[in-house]
Amino acid sequence: MHALLASAPALPLGEGGKYVAGAYIVFLVLIVVYVAIMAAKLQRIERELRELASFAEQRKAEEQREEVSADV
Amino acid sequence: MFGKGLRPLSIATVAMLAAGLSLVFFYAPIETDQGIIQKIFYLHVPLAIVALVGFVVGGVFAIAHLRTGNRKWDAYSYVSIHMSVIFGVAVLLTGSIWAKASWGHWWVWDEPTLVSFLIVFLMYATYYPFRYAIEDPERQARYASVFAITAGAFVPLNFMAVRMAQSLVHPRVFATANGGLPGSMMLTFLFCLAAIALLWVTLVKFELTAKSASGQVKRLRRALDAPAPGSGSRIAPEVS
Repeated sequence: MHALLASAPALPLGEGGKYVAGAYIVFLVLIVVYVAIMAAKLQRIERELRELASFAEQRKAEEQREEVSADV
Repeated sequence: MFGKGLRPLSIATVAMLAAGLSLVFFYAPIETDQGIIQKIFYLHVPLAIVALVGFVVGGVFAIAHLRTGNRKWDAYSYVSIHMSVIFGVAVLLTGSIWAKASWGHWWVWDEPTLVSFLIVFLMYATYYPFRYAIEDPERQARYASVFAITAGAFVPLNFMAVRMAQSLVHPRVFATANGGLPGSMMLTFLFCLAAIALLWVTLVKFELTAKSASGQVKRLRRALDAPAPGSGSRIAPEVS
């Protein structure tokens, strides 16, 4: 790695280098924004799943209570 | 179903992108004519190729949907086009930056390559309002497939027309038989192309997994919301 870095050409961050950095940063930002949107979507799905799971448990408990009262 | 193998695929994508960046900045030589600015080529061109191929792939999935009637293919087609539109935004932005650095202008309206890509991009931008203007899911999927096939056929035709047109300032790098690139540049380019293609595949899979999970949650909500005899709906409506 050290040899690779030593043999690599220096990156001139003058006039042209700024544009190169800009292009790669724009690409990176686009990917990060997309991943952030997907993460928000996945959080919403997770929240809905939790809500549905608690509803299913509640419904099951109600059904069991109804069965017990019918037997009595 | 779609989430299987997503983790190794994501790791491979990150590794490929990191290796690609290393090749661009530490291996590929600085071009004599443009200097350091030419490094944008290794990002901009693979993005453009993958975006255009993605549009065509969306059309191929749409054909599979119309042939089989299986909604799975419609989802594949939609996600392929969606991802290619995002890549298209990246192509336009990186291209504009390169144009400003190279030609002194953010955009050149009389250059066929730039304008044709913008036309393709804008055409696919209309896919979303066109698709979601139709309420019935069956009709929506069918009409969207017809759009995807028609637009997908337009992409290679448009590409060929641009290649035949007289270029004013945009370079034709792969116009010669050997590609017109020295070996180290070609290797770097091909590696970056593979990395960007892998990124596209990973993001498509990621999006399909999220859509599938969302669909399953909606199905579960509907099943649980089915009113028990003598009772009404007891949970909140779906969040659209």
